[in-house]
Amino acid sequence: MEVILFYISAFIALFTTVFALTRTNAAHALIYLIISLLAVAVIFFLLGAPFAAALEVVIYAGAIMVLFVFVIMMLNLGEAGVERERQRLNPKIWILPAILSGVLLIELLLVISKLEAPATGTLIGAKQVGLTLFGPYVLAVEIASMLLLAGLVGAYHVGRRFRLRATDDDATEAPLTTEISTEIQKEVSQ
Amino acid sequence: MSDGMTVLFALGVMAAAVGGAAVLTWFERRLLGVWQDRYGPNRLGPFGILQVAADMIKLLTKHDWVPPFADRVVFIFAPTAIVVAMLMGFAVIPFGPDLHIIDVNIGLLFFLGMTSLAVYSVLLGGLASNNKYALLGGLRSAAQMVSYEVFMGLSLMGVVMLSGSFSLQDIVAAQRDMWFCIPQFLGLFVFLIAGIAESHRLPFDLPEAEHELTAGFHTEYGGMKFAMFMLGEYLGLILISAMIVTLFFGGWLGPWLPPIVWFGIKTFFVICFFILLRAAIPRPRYDQLMSLGWKVMLPITLINLVATGAIALWMHDGGAMT
Repeated sequence: MEVILFYISAFIALFTTVFALTRTNAAHALIYLIISLLAVAVIFFLLGAPFAAALEVVIYAGAIMVLFVFVIMMLNLGEAGVERERQRLNPKIWILPAILSGVLLIELLLVISKLEAPATGTLIGAKQVGLTLFGPYVLAVEIASMLLLAGLVGAYHVGRRFRLRATDDDATEAPLTTEISTEIQKEVSQ
Repeated sequence: MSDGMTVLFALGVMAAAVGGAAVLTWFERRLLGVWQDRYGPNRLGPFGILQVAADMIKLLTKHDWVPPFADRVVFIFAPTAIVVAMLMGFAVIPFGPDLHIIDVNIGLLFFLGMTSLAVYSVLLGGLASNNKYALLGGLRSAAQMVSYEVFMGLSLMGVVMLSGSFSLQDIVAAQRDMWFCIPQFLGLFVFLIAGIAESHRLPFDLPEAEHELTAGFHTEYGGMKFAMFMLGEYLGLILISAMIVTLFFGGWLGPWLPPIVWFGIKTFFVICFFILLRAAIPRPRYDQLMSLGWKVMLPITLINLVATGAIALWMHDGGAMT
């Protein structure tokens, strides 16, 4: 039963990932990527990692991909974007990535053929993940938190109110985002 | 429960949730009428309850139209996502001591995952409509829901700390001595507000604010597709109410009456409270909503988290953690 479910979700994951790469419409590609992430979440669950599966849905599919869709909406590319993607995705550019992934696939097959037993399905609960993260891997957690803090400070810097000209009173308090949004509005109205 | 019984029970829960959501459309209007000193829909049948049937016939017989400029497939897919995600959320709710569809050890995370997937419905609906109002509504909802999801999840971590589990049955069982609404009142406050924002209901219905965006993300939707959005919204309301009851008001716990009746009564009162909020509070401006979230809600949640952690450590000497 679990093996069948595994193969179904693995097939969906591969299928949707290929589609996510080859779609010319950015919004459609993102929807395929979201479905791919959900399929990976099901695989995590079947392999005995329910906590990782839940985080995959909550964080990747539920938050990060929402921001991706958000950006696509802000840019509002439409037909012009599809056309540009189509020109970029001509068959020639697939050659090098195909060779590289082929090499990786051969390596993977070699590694799998050396493996004696398949991965055992031991259940890893949320508690064990937490104890491991804040036990032996606490340094990695701290480094990740520093990275996030740097990102936060960077975002604050980009989004802060800044002074354009000392003489122009109206513009002094204008946040950078207003400029961006007016530019987007111009693009939308065109 | 055997497998067959579980499937039957799941179907029953689905039917009850969808039926409840349909009746809620009428009940909400009547209740708003009472609070605003007017009648509300009272013509069809006893107390006007047949209004639900009339609305349904109207929506079902409407022309099912897809605008020619819309992204057809995504446009049709978008309204189904919210209904599916919200119905999935009901799977982990404990209705009684042994009355649940699934009791997984990640129940709470499953609920959070499903509510966060419901965002896509609004987002993709706004994007696929290819309409400025819809696009702005979708953009607002994305920002609003992603922001409020952050403290929605964090506000529940106090409950998890006190009960020591993500399983909703364990969380209910941990409230035998005291409902979590007392030690976790800050968590309850934040979760309540985040819940309204997450189900984008009044007063936080900025994604569809009709005075500025006509109808926001569902401007182009009509007939059954519009009905799906409404169904999803009311399902979300019931789901959030059921979660508040489960997490903060002892779930099915209660004397004398059978557990499922207690669960129903408590959920009913929380739904009424949500409708009262809608009747009483005006809609804030969009930037007010966002700054309320990040400048008030997030600090409250973090204080609650740290305080709960400290008290849990002090009381149990780490008992709940290990």
